[in-house]
Amino acid sequence: MSSAMPHRGSTLLLSRYAECLFWFARYMERVENLARILDVTDTFVRHGADQSGWLSIVQINADEERFTKLHGRANAETVLHFYLTDKENPNSITSTLFAARENARTLRPLISTEMWSQMNMFFNRARQLTPDDARPSRVSQICAFLKEGCQAHTGITEGTFFRDQGWAFYSIGKYLERGDQTSRLVDVKYHTLLPSLRDVGGAQDVNQWHALLRAASGYHAFRRVYPSGMTPGLVAGFLLLNHSFPRSIVTSVYQIEMYLNQLGSGYGLRGAYVGLERLPEIRAALMDQTIEQILSRGLHEFLDWVQVQFVGLADAIAEAFWRPPVAQMQMQTQTQTQ
Amino acid sequence: MNDSAVPAGLLDHYRKGAFFCEMQDGVRQDPRIATILERLARMEPDELRRRADIAETELYNLGITFTVYSEKDAIDRVMPFDLIPRVIAPAEWEMLERGVKQRVAALNAFIWDIYHEQRILADGIVPRALVLGNVNYRPEMIGLNVPHRTYVHVCGIDLVRDETGGFLVLEDNARTPSGVSYVIENRHMMLRMFPDLIDGIAVRPVGNYGMQLHKALAEIAPAEISDPQVVLLSPGIYNSAYFEHIFLAREMGVPLVEGRDLVVERGCVWMRTTAGLAPVHAIYRRLNDDFLDPDVFRPESTLGVAGLIDVWRNGRVALANAVGTGVADDKAIYAYMPRIIRYYLAEEPILSNVQTHICGEAEGLAYTLDHLHELVVKPVGESGGYGLIIGPHASAAERADFRVKLLADPENYISQPMVKLSVSPTLCNGRLSPRHVDLRPFAITGKSTWVLPGGLTRVALREGSLVVNSSQGGGSKDTWVLE
Repeated sequence: MSSAMPHRGSTLLLSRYAECLFWFARYMERVENLARILDVTDTFVRHGADQSGWLSIVQINADEERFTKLHGRANAETVLHFYLTDKENPNSITSTLFAARENARTLRPLISTEMWSQMNMFFNRARQLTPDDARPSRVSQICAFLKEGCQAHTGITEGTFFRDQGWAFYSIGKYLERGDQTSRLVDVKYHTLLPSLRDVGGAQDVNQWHALLRAASGYHAFRRVYPSGMTPGLVAGFLLLNHSFPRSIVTSVYQIEMYLNQLGSGYGLRGAYVGLERLPEIRAALMDQTIEQILSRGLHEFLDWVQVQFVGLADAIAEAFWRPPVAQMQMQTQTQTQ
Repeated sequence: MNDSAVPAGLLDHYRKGAFFCEMQDGVRQDPRIATILERLARMEPDELRRRADIAETELYNLGITFTVYSEKDAIDRVMPFDLIPRVIAPAEWEMLERGVKQRVAALNAFIWDIYHEQRILADGIVPRALVLGNVNYRPEMIGLNVPHRTYVHVCGIDLVRDETGGFLVLEDNARTPSGVSYVIENRHMMLRMFPDLIDGIAVRPVGNYGMQLHKALAEIAPAEISDPQVVLLSPGIYNSAYFEHIFLAREMGVPLVEGRDLVVERGCVWMRTTAGLAPVHAIYRRLNDDFLDPDVFRPESTLGVAGLIDVWRNGRVALANAVGTGVADDKAIYAYMPRIIRYYLAEEPILSNVQTHICGEAEGLAYTLDHLHELVVKPVGESGGYGLIIGPHASAAERADFRVKLLADPENYISQPMVKLSVSPTLCNGRLSPRHVDLRPFAITGKSTWVLPGGLTRVALREGSLVVNSSQGGGSKDTWVLE
């Protein structure tokens, strides 16, 4: 027996499963975030004169090129169709859910039957959505259904998924995606919706900041922390740096660190240290600066840097745990979309 | 039609015809079957229909399905499940179990012999050409020793019952027989859907199949390993039996691996884990021989593991089923099974064959051509009910066409009289109707043989149809072996 294997059985995890768990979690998190953004945009932007909110969703997902080719102008109808039901769009909710379910299918020997069954039913209902469902009267309901499906997934996973190293890979994927999505959300809203000076504090401006917080499900928590004010800086600071807010970037980074530590010291996986080595820099960038400093140095540049760090971290984890040696590359039948 | 105003019992219109009925005739074997029938007859058709609908939805939602892939989509399909169980009396099962064990013992003895001494060929019991010229005969296996001389670790034997109530073997499945997951899932479904039918009736459990399989795999793993790592090797999610692979991996508590997860290094098989390479000692493979090892078989196969066969040959990993078992479950060899049993075991076969004519032999071909209208003619290499003709059901033109095919390649065919397959009450359009069934018991063999009580009952859902294969409109039933 190899002495490098102190525990066997349930503590061993196939590399391929680690990869699928990581992506399964990312895709589910992505769907939830997308549903949040569509919902909030529909509620707060659809009826305003300014339609740029729709375009910003396209920008968040770096889909400008594909979108323009398929749909031309960004408005409620085109963007909702593109992101809800468009099978041509690999980033649509339907496509992302399909990818999530195919990962889940591979993971069926590992995940609980309840997780699979819920995923299966959720997907089968979601795949029946038609462009017709993107109509004004239905969007909110559809998004509520999608969010609920994702949250049910999260809850069932929390309650039934065995907590061995697979859980750590799943959680790392989830928080990486969540941190990344929050950074994109803040970036686009702050960058493209930054009002001209005379609009600051106006009704339209306040509305946008409301929308941003609501998209992250942070509006009421924000109110509780800052009952008397709402400035771009406070909102950005809350979404980036608040330790208690479950969708803040700093919370995501802490969770990732915790699970990497678990893989490293709990399961003795050397690969974890490759990821852990990258964390102090990200953590320092978030901890050692106030939001005012970040803003004065350039929020967009900062968020860009955070996103690059996340990509680098995901890459390092893939490299350490499952990226196949070159000779195996062509055998890989399943490719995940970033 | 029913003239009286009194609501008719569900079985009042049931007519089994000229066939043996598993339930109505089964009553003679065990009076408890009558109790089950009485309970069924009292059910409301609407209630039965409602439960059947729920059962189907549940199977779909639980993903007890096979998946059909198109370019952009993956459609899951449910194998139809019939709510009405098929019941087997204890004495009958005891006989079937002995018969299955006997057959498995003979198959293993035969495979050992043809890859070692070839006594049975030298003694002229089975024609040499039929074995050595068989596409599934693997010369790579000659002289190779496997633990306990077990080649067929998992065996599925297809049985039917004729109009006299006698069981007959239709074919042996000694490669990678599938369907056992449905046996167990069907039972779970029955317990949820029909607690009132099974109430108070002791039915033998089927839930420990996974443990038995794991035990057998541990028994064949390299002897020096005290706690062997077992894995299930699957072709992956695109395989139509992927659900069963998941099921068995879970029931055994072992990783489901694909070829790309395994690697041969330093004379051993390893799997790629997050902690690096971890040793693998026993592989339950659900991959055909051809795809197992590109170094030995099909070089283009990406599903297998290069070097695997060499490690196996050196006894550093166990493989179930062994390579080269396909020659034994060939339909041409099947015809010789009664003689094979007598030859190795010096016993009379407990389970009879269906009378079989070998078209590769002049006498068999002549008989088949003369009696095409009353015979079932099957190609020897195919499975899944493809490429066969049921003479009595075929038109004159179809028979003429088939005659041409048969004459062009007689070695490829065997023929059998049409067995009047038994029927069992089946829920069709809200009423119970007789439908033809078969039975596939599953036997697991490591050091010794264990048979899962019952097995998979497949049912031809179309009226009058004799083809029970799921690829051709067949469904399945729960099979109850009474304690």
